[in-house]
Amino acid sequence: MSDVIHSFTTKVPRWQPYVVPVDLETATEEQRAAMQVTPSGKGISTYVLTLAHDPESLAVRSPLFNDIMYGKDGLASGERELGATAASVVNRCIYCAAVHASRFISHTKRADVIDTIFADWVDAELEEHLQAIFTFSAKLSTAPPKATDDDARALGDVGFDELQQLDLVFSSAIFGWANRLMHTLGEAV
Amino acid sequence: MNVIETLVSARPGSALADAMEKRAEILRLSQAAHDAVLLPRDPGGLSHGLRAALAARMSRQNADESLAAHYETLVARAAEPETSHLVIPGATSDDLRTAAIVRHADMLTVSPRDATRADILALRDVGLDDADIVRLSELAAFVSYQVRVIAGMNLIGRRT
Repeated sequence: MSDVIHSFTTKVPRWQPYVVPVDLETATEEQRAAMQVTPSGKGISTYVLTLAHDPESLAVRSPLFNDIMYGKDGLASGERELGATAASVVNRCIYCAAVHASRFISHTKRADVIDTIFADWVDAELEEHLQAIFTFSAKLSTAPPKATDDDARALGDVGFDELQQLDLVFSSAIFGWANRLMHTLGEAV
Repeated sequence: MNVIETLVSARPGSALADAMEKRAEILRLSQAAHDAVLLPRDPGGLSHGLRAALAARMSRQNADESLAAHYETLVARAAEPETSHLVIPGATSDDLRTAAIVRHADMLTVSPRDATRADILALRDVGLDDADIVRLSELAAFVSYQVRVIAGMNLIGRRT
């Protein structure tokens, strides 16, 4: 059995569920549709097979997630990934943090930013425009959310317009969702 | 009715209203997700009444009384006396299965970072199958998303 990973890392782990994923061979038509099974039947992750236990929500969640993280215009992709990473740090989702910190780095070539975040968590001190994103997202991710008017104003002060701010709200909030699945239904190994 | 658009005070013509218009598809899918977790065609072992009561409770745990009020309307519609009292954080149930569901929902909502394999085993011990465990997780995860979308939008909207 592999060792469970409890520290933040950019080396993307494997995700191992605590529950038994749906078996692709015996999946219902509704489950197959929700998983977007292609004729080849390849490329369905363990995570998606796990979520296929609830096909009605999976069928909506996948396009919603893709629109939020990969939609056109508005906030830059790397900045959405930073919002996702901030939420994942607050919720200690090792797997999500690894995936989305890696994507942040591939978009921005700024591994140093992730080093700082993984060392200091929500206390990370970053340059002004990254700090505005990180602080807003991290504070929106607590329960209850504790982001303030000042945190929102800081986004405007560094030049983000309302559409970009809204994209950051979505990309942080969707990880309030994703972290609560990934980190509670399984573990990073 | 789109719950998020109803609860966010975006002044018509404001920059936030414009931005929301540009993200109409995300708002539409967010409402579809709401319907999928609160009013699923196949609720499995989690009744519509229990789901609505937990959603109201989760809203309160996130200090969002307006969203809780929305879920209270679903609680009233479900008219399920054995779960309707769960809308208040701290309330529990004499039924072991329901009590375990409530305990897990609270953890998912307030401190998901603390989740371990033992939490899933505790749910299985009271008879939840894996499908119900995933359904419960999706419910808490969705409400947590919705709370943050509303909170974030209201912060943007106050300044535009």
